[in-house]
Amino acid sequence: MKKIIKFVITDILRNRTMMVYTLFLLASSFSVFSLEDSNSKGLLSLLNIILIVVPLVSIVFSSIYVYNSAEFIELLVSQPLKRKSIWLSIFGGLAASLSIAFFIGAGIPVLIYQANMIGLTMILVGIMLSIIFVAIAMLAAVKTSDKAKGIGAVIMLWLYFSLLFDGLVLFLLFQFADYPIEKPMIGISALNPIDLSRIMILLQLDISAMMGYTGAIFKDFFGTYTGISFSIIVLLLWIVLPVWYSTHKFNTKDL
Amino acid sequence: MGGYAKVKFLLFVIPFLIYYSAQAKTIHVGAKWEYKSVTAGIQAAKSGDTVLVDAGHYKEKNLIIRKSIVLKGLNYPVLDGEKRYQIVSVMAKGVVVDGFKITHSGISSLEDLSGIKIYDGHNVVIKNNILEDTFFGIFIEKGDNCTIENNRITAFNKAEQQSGNGIHCWQAKGMRIMGNTITGHRDGIYFEFVNKSFIKGNTSTNNIRYGLHFMFSNDDTYLSNVFSNNGSGVSVMFSNRIRMLYNSFLENWGDAAYGILLKEISDGYMEGNRFTKNTSAIYMEGANRIHMKKNTFQNNGWALKIQASCMGVVLERNNFIGNTFDVGTNGSLVLNTFKNNYWDKYEGYDLNKDRIGDIPYRPVSMFSMIVEKYPTAMILFRSFITTLLDKTEKILPSLTPENLKDNAPLMKKAF
Amino acid sequence: MIIASNITKQFGKLKALDNVSTTCNEGECIALIGPNGCGKTTLIKSILGMVVPDSGVITFRGKDIKNQWEYRDEIGYMPQIGRYPDNMTIGQVLDMIKNIRNKKTALDEDLIESFSLHNILDKRMKTLSGGTRQKVSAALAFLFNPAVLILDEPTAGLDPMASEILKEKIIKEKGKLILITSHILSELDDVVTRIIYMQDGILLFNKSIEDLKQDTGEVKLAKAIAQVMKI
Repeated sequence: MKKIIKFVITDILRNRTMMVYTLFLLASSFSVFSLEDSNSKGLLSLLNIILIVVPLVSIVFSSIYVYNSAEFIELLVSQPLKRKSIWLSIFGGLAASLSIAFFIGAGIPVLIYQANMIGLTMILVGIMLSIIFVAIAMLAAVKTSDKAKGIGAVIMLWLYFSLLFDGLVLFLLFQFADYPIEKPMIGISALNPIDLSRIMILLQLDISAMMGYTGAIFKDFFGTYTGISFSIIVLLLWIVLPVWYSTHKFNTKDL
Repeated sequence: MGGYAKVKFLLFVIPFLIYYSAQAKTIHVGAKWEYKSVTAGIQAAKSGDTVLVDAGHYKEKNLIIRKSIVLKGLNYPVLDGEKRYQIVSVMAKGVVVDGFKITHSGISSLEDLSGIKIYDGHNVVIKNNILEDTFFGIFIEKGDNCTIENNRITAFNKAEQQSGNGIHCWQAKGMRIMGNTITGHRDGIYFEFVNKSFIKGNTSTNNIRYGLHFMFSNDDTYLSNVFSNNGSGVSVMFSNRIRMLYNSFLENWGDAAYGILLKEISDGYMEGNRFTKNTSAIYMEGANRIHMKKNTFQNNGWALKIQASCMGVVLERNNFIGNTFDVGTNGSLVLNTFKNNYWDKYEGYDLNKDRIGDIPYRPVSMFSMIVEKYPTAMILFRSFITTLLDKTEKILPSLTPENLKDNAPLMKKAF
Repeated sequence: MIIASNITKQFGKLKALDNVSTTCNEGECIALIGPNGCGKTTLIKSILGMVVPDSGVITFRGKDIKNQWEYRDEIGYMPQIGRYPDNMTIGQVLDMIKNIRNKKTALDEDLIESFSLHNILDKRMKTLSGGTRQKVSAALAFLFNPAVLILDEPTAGLDPMASEILKEKIIKEKGKLILITSHILSELDDVVTRIIYMQDGILLFNKSIEDLKQDTGEVKLAKAIAQVMKI
């Protein structure tokens, strides 16, 4: 299993897309930190990159990689290897490479300019999001055999998580404005890893606004150890569940 | 002619001066003096005398001063109210209370027991005292031309009902409140019907409710005070012609906390104040003709919340830096003016290099309007969708007030 | 050695395998023939565990292969179209598979030599022609001296020279169980001991080459088959 992970990682790291992604992250992180007058403003701009670009690149790159590796996977399956370990190795390889790319591209600049709790949370969340969207991409890829359809599906998924879901939340808010919906909102936010990550970072970044009435409720929950553990566990579930399900699917998939 | 008049005046005045300097005595109070208790010392004194109190622990029950004397403590003698009494009551004009440590007053909302209470005081001076664990600190019930200076007032009760105000003025004018430090009271400084007064260099922190709370008080000036970490910040209501200069409003955090709450205020002038890390730096309701100039709003949740009931508010040359939201409102704000402010969120350009942005800045974002209406929407703060909404709203304003804009935003900080 | 009983596999509406049963023994060289889309590759993939049959059982040395992977250690497989990670070189691919197989015994590098792959070890896979990739696939299939060789259209895309080399290699490996699919019959003349003919997922016939030649009276395999089909 270790061998395959190693092969996948070396294969991906040689990939030009991955280089471009890393360089893009590096360039944008350094430019936001040097162009904005304050580092916290830089962090905010970086937050947008993390919440939008990282999931997009992770999900699209991973699904394309899995589709392009169809024959390679076939070759591996014909070898004396467990399917489970092949699939998990590919997941491990993708997750590791995307995390490394993120760490080099965004993590290092953050450590240089903002080596504090906020910066560390940001790096952690970025890495988590990278891995979560690898897991989701692999689930989508194993469910749809057609490459074009699969890539369409992952783009839709990305759109859903980064935009449509929040649109629905906004709609719900308007509909149920007269009810005490703060607490259910916490539960709903767990259904979207991007939202959860955003809240985790904001609670450390925009303290002042979060001190308002509703903000206080969110802060009372997400700001505590229980809340932080809850968020991290939910994010981990967002990795484990898709991986578990896609492995199960891959085990009985015809190649 | 002039010379003669002067001589005549001196002849008239000098005998009085001689009389008073001859009559004004100093009475000592302390373990080694004739008068062991302050009460006894005061009893022996006449108006114009000085009562000097040595260091020691005095339980005088309620010390009532009915003569115009100077009561001065040496090395902070302690006046102890034994948690039952009001400690000092001033009932004469021109009294000076200086250099005491006044502790443990009784608690009674009915009588407003205080560390020092002034009843209808004229020219009373309360200075250099330390007040600890008093229900009300210094209470002025009617006063004219009094000075409250360099006192340190601390209370320890946590509940609002268990705690009075630090400096409480009711029906007074010409007060000078300067250099005091107030901590842990219900309201740090409380004014009701206090006019033409001057409040300078006070520090009011960690009070349970407001750092400064005043109502129905006109023509007052606030200069260089610091209000920080108070339960609800500062509240200014139903007052006219208030001048607030170079004060600091810091870290007033909470769901109903404001750097400063302005309610039913007219003709105010605010300059050079700093608002840092407040949930809402300024909350205005029914404010008219307020001129705000050269103030700094930094790292607040909302820099300004202006309700639709405000008119004629002018904001110019202020700096808005790192606030989550610059302006929040529930109305259209057509009658208020923003000009020449620096907004760090401004994304415009300056082609003619006159240091003024060529396109207007709209300080009210779509999302802040949404949050105003649906507070729970805060959970979507900084999400992709709200960023998109904000951007589209900037290009095609529909929900945000059309006329609320700074037509001449500065490219660089105003000062 | 390999027994397939009542294998059925459906892809959507298409029945790729319809109740197929056969037994493959050691020492046999079986040609799996039939028109395109008749289910040859599906049968092979079922044996390799790459396709999971809807029903039926496949055993390898008496053990059900379902959810097993170790048995593939004894199989060398050459796929119809060998595609490899674009950015890896031939050498890296060979190393990787060697690494995965982790065989202690001597490797059979005959084909690497005879296809002169050792001269182009540092070429990246994406730069290779289809034929060269087939050579790599073939070399990999034989590399570990497996007891079973499964070759899916081995000569498709190979030039005549290479084709010949491969054929010779297959003949040399006689004694192992060899499964070859092909739709070009002439290639198989001198190698094959048994023929399985499939059509539309059904195993039409399954005969040893002697029986076949005897039955039809034809010497050439192609003609013999044609003869059979006429009936």
